[in-house]
Amino acid sequence: MLYRETGQFRTSYAADQAIFPLRQDRIGLAAIALVAALAVPLLADDFFINTIMIPFLIFALASIGLNLLTGYAGLLSLGTGAFMGVGAYACYKLTTFFPEVNVLLLILLSGFFSAGIGFVFGLPSLRIKGFYLAVATLAAQFFLDWCFNRIGWLYNYNASGAIEVPTREAFGIVLTGPTATPLARYMAVLALVVLMTWLASNLVRGRIGRSWMMVRDMDIAAELMGIRLLRTKLLAFAVSSFYCGVAGAMMVFLWLGAAEASSFGINVSFQVLFMVIIGGLGSLLGSFMGAAFIWILPIVIRAVPATLGLDIGAATVEHVSFMLVGGLIIFILIAEPHGFARLWQVAKQKMRTWPFPY
Amino acid sequence: MGLMTLERPGGKRRRHLDEVLLALEGVSLRFGGVNALSDISFDIRKGEIRAIIGPNGAGKSSMLNVINGFYQPQEGTIRWKGRERRRMNPYLAASTGIGRTFQNIALFKGMSTLDNVMSGRALKMRRGLFWQLVWIGPARREEIEHRRRVEEIIDFLEIEHIRRTPVGKLPYGLQKRVELARALAMEPELLLLDEPMAGMNLEEKEDMARFILEVNEQFGTTIALIEHDIGVVMDLSDRIVVLDYGRMIADGTPQKVRREQAVIDAYLGVAH
Repeated sequence: MLYRETGQFRTSYAADQAIFPLRQDRIGLAAIALVAALAVPLLADDFFINTIMIPFLIFALASIGLNLLTGYAGLLSLGTGAFMGVGAYACYKLTTFFPEVNVLLLILLSGFFSAGIGFVFGLPSLRIKGFYLAVATLAAQFFLDWCFNRIGWLYNYNASGAIEVPTREAFGIVLTGPTATPLARYMAVLALVVLMTWLASNLVRGRIGRSWMMVRDMDIAAELMGIRLLRTKLLAFAVSSFYCGVAGAMMVFLWLGAAEASSFGINVSFQVLFMVIIGGLGSLLGSFMGAAFIWILPIVIRAVPATLGLDIGAATVEHVSFMLVGGLIIFILIAEPHGFARLWQVAKQKMRTWPFPY
Repeated sequence: MGLMTLERPGGKRRRHLDEVLLALEGVSLRFGGVNALSDISFDIRKGEIRAIIGPNGAGKSSMLNVINGFYQPQEGTIRWKGRERRRMNPYLAASTGIGRTFQNIALFKGMSTLDNVMSGRALKMRRGLFWQLVWIGPARREEIEHRRRVEEIIDFLEIEHIRRTPVGKLPYGLQKRVELARALAMEPELLLLDEPMAGMNLEEKEDMARFILEVNEQFGTTIALIEHDIGVVMDLSDRIVVLDYGRMIADGTPQKVRREQAVIDAYLGVAH
């Protein structure tokens, strides 16, 4: 009833191609934007911002990165964690060399390093597909992991082997390091994620996004329509790794404050892959939903016993939340293999026709 | 190419069948010890509808795959628009104006009809990564300009109502039509149709035949098609090539091919 497009006529192709052609969607988006940019900073406490909002946004960005590769171009990758690591270490080195430069700029620049590495590890994708490509990217994961551990230059020969984020500013505001406020970091993360999501949405609805989906759905036909497979796949790898790299740099600089090689292990790769699958392959909105589910749900579950006043050991709570989340993932994948994005679509369709579905 | 006028040009189909678009000479294709095509020579003239027929396994699809660069023939020369082409690949074929549909539908299943047809414009769109990212400005203008062309094709093939439907959900006959639309969006000079009517019912076949004729007449597209329905082939095509076991056994107008003893033997079998 509320969600109905009656009376909203699109009279130009430009209007038809808008990301949110429906007025209801635009209102919804504006509401979310208001909450994210005003309500959260004004009302939320540091704990909420630090443990929920910032990591959620960062993981959503990493999911978008992987989704561009796996969901849109159909190339399975298990190297997400490593590509995030490349971004983080690149940003660390950059800020060592150029301490005066705006740190947000450095975070974006570090994406190019990770794009380069992704490009190289994308080369086998012309010959191998599916699970075999996943194994090839797994090699990238282990190789880069090894590099982060063994190449001392990457962590400035720090005795602990970790990278520690120095205090850096952007536009006169301290954004990184121990003295940065969660609020400042949150606003920086939000701005970057919104900007990059907008860019990604532009990419996937235009020629390049279509060429990725062509390769995903039927590579032979794509070739006959004049798509050059290697170029298209490598571009997907590069752009995807760029997003992952920026997410990795943000993760260390704007969230954790310090990291070591194990922060970018295979666990992270799988976690992001789960977010993409649960959220919905080939959907940017799904990336956000998946990140929210995988990241926020365990935190909520862990908070339940304390809120109810139950005295359960921390370890038990941890185990139970693991089991619950795992069970829910399986349930959701059985109920809707295409993830939250599809559920949302179905729900919208239902709302559109309610209360007279015929 | 005038996509604008939809009324049929009155009277008889006008033809200028002297200019040779594609000429094959002595083409042979082998897979290991199997001779898929041996010593095939024929030509396709600009503006005609050329049919390639023959019993199962005669090498018809291989023939199309040779023409659009999917297979490299071991022997023979192919002249495309008057120039001999040496190394060939699907990308070059597509960019020099050869479009094609497939025997088993090869649509992009996860995309809508509109996106599928838009994907046919891939070669004609030029804006690079930067403008695609920014979207506002040149990339959007380009997109809209191509959308306009695509909508004309959608109009022409009468698939407006399924514009937004993911093609995986469409019935078979419509999928075939979307595939034709996608090939047309490439604005090919030579359109290869691999069994455009396979598995269709009579009504769908009639629709498809009408579309093929209209494409040929209005866009001036040269068409080479493979089809098993002999009645359709005889009615549609200007000239027919008949293959059997990788050899060419007849070439000529429908009236001529129909009377050829070798063709009758190939289709009906001979007493030994």
